[in-house]
Amino acid sequence: MMAYIIRRILYAIPILIGVNIITFVLFFVVNTPDDMARMHLGVKRVTPEAIENWKEEMGYNRPLLYNSKAEGTDKISDTIFFQKSVKLFKFDFGSSDSGRDIGYDISQRMWPSLAIAIPVLLVGLLVNISYALLIAFFRATYIDFWSVVLCVVLMSISGLFYIIGGQYLVSKLLHLVPISGYATGLDAVKFLILPVIIGVVSGIGSGTRWYRTLFLEEIGKDYVRTARAKGLSESIVLFRHVLKNAMIPILTGVVVVLPLLFMGSLITESFFGIPGLGSYTIDAISTQDFAIVRSMVFLGSVLYIIGLLLTDISYTLVDPRVRLS
Amino acid sequence: MGPIAENCTLEKSSQHTKGINIGLRVWFLPVVFLFLLTSCDQSALNSPYSREESEQNVIYSSFSSRPKHLDPVRSYVSNEYAIIGQIYEPLLQYHFLKRPYQLIPLIAQEVPVPKYLDAAGNTLSEDASEQDIAISEYHITIKQGVNYQPHPAFAQDEDGAYLYHALTTEEIAGANTLADFPQTGSREMTAADYIYQIKRLANPRLHSPIAGVIGQYIVGFNEFAERVKSATAELQKKSGQEKPFVDLSKINMDGVEQTGRYSFRIRVKGKYPQLVYWMAMPFFSPMPLEADLFYSQPGMDKRNINLNWYPVGTGPFMLTENNPNLRMVLQRNPNYHGELYPSEGNPEDAETGLLRDAGKPLPFIDKAVYSLEKESIPYWNKFLQGYYDTSGISSDSFDQAVQFSSQGEASLTDAMSSKGINLITAVTTTSWYMSFNMDDSVVGGDSERARLLRRAISIAVDFEEFVSIFANGRGVTAQGAIPPGIFGYRSGEDGINRYVYDVVDGRAKRKSIAEAKELLRKAGYPNGRDSNTGKPLTLYYDSAAAGPDGKARLNWIRKQFEKLDIQLVIRATDFNRLQDKIRKGKAQIYLQGWNADYPDPENFLFLLYGPNSKVKHGGANGSNYSNPEFDKLFDRMKNMNNGPERQKIIDEMMEILRRDAPWVWGFHPKAFSLFHSWYSNVKPNLMADNTLKYKRVDPELRSKLQQEWNQPIFWPVWLFVLALIVTAIPAVVVYRRHERSAAQ
Repeated sequence: MMAYIIRRILYAIPILIGVNIITFVLFFVVNTPDDMARMHLGVKRVTPEAIENWKEEMGYNRPLLYNSKAEGTDKISDTIFFQKSVKLFKFDFGSSDSGRDIGYDISQRMWPSLAIAIPVLLVGLLVNISYALLIAFFRATYIDFWSVVLCVVLMSISGLFYIIGGQYLVSKLLHLVPISGYATGLDAVKFLILPVIIGVVSGIGSGTRWYRTLFLEEIGKDYVRTARAKGLSESIVLFRHVLKNAMIPILTGVVVVLPLLFMGSLITESFFGIPGLGSYTIDAISTQDFAIVRSMVFLGSVLYIIGLLLTDISYTLVDPRVRLS
Repeated sequence: MGPIAENCTLEKSSQHTKGINIGLRVWFLPVVFLFLLTSCDQSALNSPYSREESEQNVIYSSFSSRPKHLDPVRSYVSNEYAIIGQIYEPLLQYHFLKRPYQLIPLIAQEVPVPKYLDAAGNTLSEDASEQDIAISEYHITIKQGVNYQPHPAFAQDEDGAYLYHALTTEEIAGANTLADFPQTGSREMTAADYIYQIKRLANPRLHSPIAGVIGQYIVGFNEFAERVKSATAELQKKSGQEKPFVDLSKINMDGVEQTGRYSFRIRVKGKYPQLVYWMAMPFFSPMPLEADLFYSQPGMDKRNINLNWYPVGTGPFMLTENNPNLRMVLQRNPNYHGELYPSEGNPEDAETGLLRDAGKPLPFIDKAVYSLEKESIPYWNKFLQGYYDTSGISSDSFDQAVQFSSQGEASLTDAMSSKGINLITAVTTTSWYMSFNMDDSVVGGDSERARLLRRAISIAVDFEEFVSIFANGRGVTAQGAIPPGIFGYRSGEDGINRYVYDVVDGRAKRKSIAEAKELLRKAGYPNGRDSNTGKPLTLYYDSAAAGPDGKARLNWIRKQFEKLDIQLVIRATDFNRLQDKIRKGKAQIYLQGWNADYPDPENFLFLLYGPNSKVKHGGANGSNYSNPEFDKLFDRMKNMNNGPERQKIIDEMMEILRRDAPWVWGFHPKAFSLFHSWYSNVKPNLMADNTLKYKRVDPELRSKLQQEWNQPIFWPVWLFVLALIVTAIPAVVVYRRHERSAAQ
């Protein structure tokens, strides 16, 4: 398995280089270094000299990808792409174009993101699996029918509606929790209740339907019939046997998103005033801060690759028949 | 439900759960939690603040995007000024109450009056001709006994050595915020600190946005910048550091000289009366060398400990918490030198209670908390709940908050009035206009044909309608380049642009489309077709507007041109491309705006001054308008003192502009602000950035009303739980029956 993991890590390197090049090209197709300078210096009263000074100081006065005037390897290394990208592979994100330490910002902002994402994931799993098992138990009854209808309705509602509706109902009408805001430590609880509830509720429709399908597929198998024939109660059949055997697809879905939990949710964090990573990239795009954009895209790619790798590894844990080679 | 928290215990709830099987007990956990929620302190469950804090003398406000720069040398945006305006103290300030805007001393002992010198150094009289003036000298004396806020940069040991000026790499690596340097100190501010800041304005590495403007006037400013650049390069070579510290205090700037501990002199080339306005902006705030020494230590920048993040000022407040992803907190500066609330104002100020605090020491509040609110809906709801003291009004909430009388006067809706909310409005010193590129072969140029075309379009584009549709009526249509509140603006009949409006009953009435079509015919485009070629007239409008609102605006603009049978092609682009097109003179028609830096007509009319042309000179004149007659008048007007003679010249200039119509005069936005009954001393001051010190709150009233407005309502929660139980009963029955039944 170790060889497999090393091979996958080595595969990741060209992928990350490719992601970096694509990000770089896309960013600089839309923004020139002059545009970036103007964005940082402001539109009013900016002189061409100030723009040149900014570019020189920030290292954006070099050619983008190829320096034809340089000699030898400098043709590649004395470029914006090389100078700005190489450090990423050492996970040194450097400073944003506005001077902030990106690594520090990420380390600060990922906790509030996790404070929402982890409870939403765990509570969501619990609720969705329990509800799906309940529906599976009452399959082909009115409970099954109306539950599926409910799930489809829940799936059809936009995430934004849940947020605005939740804020309106719980915070504005009932006055039970703050509409938005954040605090550290235990004080954060009252700010997290609503986004977590909304995160869970908005995921019930799709999650439950997915798990219901998995359970229904398992429930018709021979081993389930055998278990029932042994006289086991339905709850034991469902929780001990069906759930266990449906774990592989559940695990696949969960493990792959685990690393990405760090990245936060743009809309939720925006509406609830949570200082997480959700809006970090979007804000950077709007302020044309390339340093942050490339760092976040790089980090997202790395986390995604890690997620896929963890998924593969988790297969071997839940299904002894699977071997990585 | 009343606030009866103390009696709630787990025992009570545990009695309820006794005897219930394990499965149901788990099920009941959320119910128990809800029960606890209902019976604990309910005073303000939805309050985003701690109870202790909200009962203090604190102002609660918000910001929607993080301030990029808090260094007064860089900062030039209103959301940055909202913070640093309370921390840094420039030499002058605007009177809080008096209108028209009046400069008064803040740290300077008096508003400096320049001494004029000729080329030989002889003193000239105050009314000397501009041509004779070679140098204007500003002698500035500052107040004594003004101390800086407590800051680690000033912290010294018993021997007087600075504690934090020679930190090791490890010490810096262990710090993440300024609070990680627990010792603080202070010192008296001196004239040297102002000189140091002026030198910082010139430092090319600090990218001050006004370096270009100030460099044209202060003697030796640009030469100083060159010297700093050379010194920096030399130090970079020597030390190998990317950003070595260059001690600006050791490099001389010819035009700025310290004449005493509390006095200094600024020498300006020629005459530049606008310099006093710059002296009222944070650019001209004192900066202690100690702060620069402290922040410039290698590694500090990487830890985000710098002047952009942690200001050092002498003002009434200091920034004690800076987390712009969450909140920023200003607290009263314990070393503040003190100032009194103004005892004079405009005649109506006494009636409105704005002089109630006359002569009382400032500031009135202890703390201001600014929370990040990116979305307008939560922001607005929190204001209605009383958790923000003031609020603007977004388009979404406008109808909920404001109604217009039959006379067009704005007032609050009953829902707002019943809460004691107050409304205050002010026409901003901002102009929005549709600009023609005067270098364009169709709409530009000085030909009568192009002029008539522009005037026809000026009539057709109905900005009254624009303001009504897209700004909820919050704006005043412009009659020229100068907004109300700035010298040179004429109200009433005299101020009406007769090329676009008729005067009916003393009011401006937009000319008819028939008249516009007649102008178009005279221009050689009858029915929107070129009389020479017979082809339809096609114009191009460049816009960076995006989203549904932008699309609606662009459709509206297209319709305005359709009134004249002109085909308008919308060239949608992004902000960067639009700016690039304007710079290169490739845009034909586009919308732009300008916000006043200072209350002087020069600050608006320079946008149409030929030598400021964007394409030829890279200036701010984006329409590239150039009229020698106008330019000559501008040269005369720009340095004059306000008075009838200056007004006469401005009137002439306005006549030229209205005739030539390089802009479709758009509108001046009207700011609508709401504030709660516990918030007072509110008077819009569009020039001053330091008005927080005048504001007052009544925390007791606020706390009382917050509790009254935010009593938690639990019955729907219980109803929901009950509904869940009721719907679960049949399922439980079926389950039990299934479990008891024999296998089939």
